[in-house]
Amino acid sequence: MIKRLQDKLNVLGPFLGLIFVFAIFIALAPASFVSGYNLKTIITQTVIVGIGALGMTFIIISGGIDLSVGSLIALVTVLIAKTLTLTGADSATLVWGAALVAILVSTFIGFLSGLITALWGIVPFIVTLGMMQIARGVAKWLANEQTVVAPVTGLNTMMNVDPEPAWLIFAPGVWLMIGLTAIVIFVLKYTVFGRYVFVLGSNEQAARLCGIEVRLHRILVYTLGGAFAGIAGVMQFANLTIGDPTAAVGLELDIIAAVVIGGGSLSGGEGSALGSILGALMMAILRNGCNLVGIPTYVQNILIGSIIIGAVAIDRLKHK
Amino acid sequence: MDLFLHMEGICKRFDAVIALRNVDLQVRAGTVHALIGENGAGKSTLMKILSGGLKPDSGAMQINGAPYAPDGPKQARAAGVSMIYQELTLAPHLTVEENMTLGSERHRCGIVRHQWGRAAEALAMLGHAAIDVRTKVRELSIGQQQLVEIARSLLLGSRVIIMDEPTSSLAREDTIALFAAINRLRQKGVTIIYISHFLEEIQQIANDYTILRDGESVVSGPMRETSIEKIVAHMVGRPLEQMFPRTPHRIGDVVFAARGIDDPPQVHDLSFELHAGEILGIAGLVGAGRTETLRRIFGLDDARAGAITLRDKTFLLGRRHHPGDSLAIGMSLMSENRKEEGLAIDLPIRNNISFSSLPKFSDRWGRLKLGKEMREVTQVADRVAIKYANIIDPVVALSGGNQQKVALARVLLDGSRILLLDEPTRGIDVLSKVEIYNLIGELAAQGCAIILVSSYLPELFGICDALAVMYRGHMSPVQPISEWDEKSVMRWATTGKV
Repeated sequence: MIKRLQDKLNVLGPFLGLIFVFAIFIALAPASFVSGYNLKTIITQTVIVGIGALGMTFIIISGGIDLSVGSLIALVTVLIAKTLTLTGADSATLVWGAALVAILVSTFIGFLSGLITALWGIVPFIVTLGMMQIARGVAKWLANEQTVVAPVTGLNTMMNVDPEPAWLIFAPGVWLMIGLTAIVIFVLKYTVFGRYVFVLGSNEQAARLCGIEVRLHRILVYTLGGAFAGIAGVMQFANLTIGDPTAAVGLELDIIAAVVIGGGSLSGGEGSALGSILGALMMAILRNGCNLVGIPTYVQNILIGSIIIGAVAIDRLKHK
Repeated sequence: MDLFLHMEGICKRFDAVIALRNVDLQVRAGTVHALIGENGAGKSTLMKILSGGLKPDSGAMQINGAPYAPDGPKQARAAGVSMIYQELTLAPHLTVEENMTLGSERHRCGIVRHQWGRAAEALAMLGHAAIDVRTKVRELSIGQQQLVEIARSLLLGSRVIIMDEPTSSLAREDTIALFAAINRLRQKGVTIIYISHFLEEIQQIANDYTILRDGESVVSGPMRETSIEKIVAHMVGRPLEQMFPRTPHRIGDVVFAARGIDDPPQVHDLSFELHAGEILGIAGLVGAGRTETLRRIFGLDDARAGAITLRDKTFLLGRRHHPGDSLAIGMSLMSENRKEEGLAIDLPIRNNISFSSLPKFSDRWGRLKLGKEMREVTQVADRVAIKYANIIDPVVALSGGNQQKVALARVLLDGSRILLLDEPTRGIDVLSKVEIYNLIGELAAQGCAIILVSSYLPELFGICDALAVMYRGHMSPVQPISEWDEKSVMRWATTGKV
């Protein structure tokens, strides 16, 4: 009974951590830290890592890893900018079509990573490490190794901290992230697919024995990861307003860190969507707060590194 | 005879190796049928064919009179045949109910509909309604996990359940619970094929038996018309002179003493002495603290308090006592868990044997003398009679019995005089067991002092000079083996009293 309660409270750890970090900055940072505008900024800054982390949650629960996410995000920004410039972006359909095409490309690359992992039995670390280089290379090639200027479109409003209309309160991207989180929570908990994702990471042998199509589900998991990376890429483009082939370098590590801080286990079988979002939020608060206090970025790096190790260490103690 | 399952003239070859030659298996409905044979006799191949994992080259199968030729495990399961492997195949992070319905979830548009009721029913049918279907599997004991796996096959509506070495990692009380569950299944008309190396258990649970040897079915019949001696003779193809060979050995002075080893709740204030040339057995149920005691003596785990004395030198146990210290003073441990702890199974046989004696094979710059290593490793490998193609093959290529001999060869090579052996014969075939008993006897004859932890009472009685029994971290006084009998051992192991 108590055990089950603990399971229910599995996101309690990341949640307490979040409150702790938040409390520290309320004490340290200037009053502007808790201003409505700044809070909205923090949440908006969570969107890209948060959406990427949702996809990564599937992958990590299934016992895999995807290092190509940062490159995929950059590729998506370039693709959107290119399509918009080429077509002139004169209708809303076209603008959203460009975003959709870019997401599909990212999804396809995720599918390829899954296919290679599943069919050839190469460890996902290597496959996605390769894919990280390939996607980055393609992005630079398409963009001629420079940023691609794009016309201003409705896409750019996705990440406005003060949205139009004002009753939305948060940027549309934030609402998208919240909606996606709800969907992922539901899929992981209540669907057959979600359960298979957990089995893959917990005991692949058992999954095979029970007649589950292990390869198919692995491919699906990476395809989903690619799709979420694509959506995160659209948000990145909305933020940048240009296509940048050198954007989001190393962002996959922030995304993996968010999942791990949120209770995901790199050996598979554990993780939660809500935890991952809380992890992403914690890192955003940390960055934002540090900037307001005037703590240099190198100290931020050291802090975030310590938090990642600390979160996993606490998790290990909990499991003993 | 009410024949339910019939396998007839089954042949299977892998390249040049003939695994099965005209094997017949006839199983009556609602009985427990023991499939007996040494490792490599073809039991697993035959059962893989039955459970759809392999296809026979020739031969026919019938279930309940209807032809049966599964196209894969999934079809076999649909036809009511399911297999429970020795290594359990449950997902530890999922709940009991989730594991039981894995691959057969009921759902509406992909949304899972839980089957708590059916899962609980299946467990109740096995007599284990107390297992909560909502707990995560990793919180259950191994015995309970096994029951969950059996319940899973019930949920699938299996009519034939194959159990491969189901008791090899079970404590005695879990074995009893398992047998009760098997009896209930038998009463419900479920047919069970039971594979095990524990002949005493087979005698207890099986109605009929079939013995395989070198890929052929040698003999079969009702269990009560045969004896363990006859079975063993059929298994090895000749009468086995002695199941428990004894090499004469002289017991000398005290060479090792443990004083006040304490680390509650696993180990409570435990002291004993060991003589040169003595084989001291430690019996007890799984979880009684036997392995924990050995690990603390060796320095793998920290004890709260305690000391060991070795040839007049005393060493305190605890944080500062490391396995390296133990090896340096001539004490070696053979782990009960050879796959995960005892051996690096992907590395060559040679490396595994010489791991703990590398200082012997290196100069002061740390360079390895490969020639010397190879010579001595080969020597010791031959002495324990490991059957290998090439000494640099990975250990994983060997059979279980030979893997165990690799672990034993390591202990021999590092020249230790105090040997802590933890379940050295678990999961290996009869012939390998006899070879290992012989080696242990020889070592004792050379003056080594040996502690043998085992859950297999006949072998403790067969080869030990003295015996102690553990119960919940407490150890009985050490007494000569002649002063114990099975009843008194079991009484101590289950109650902690004489």
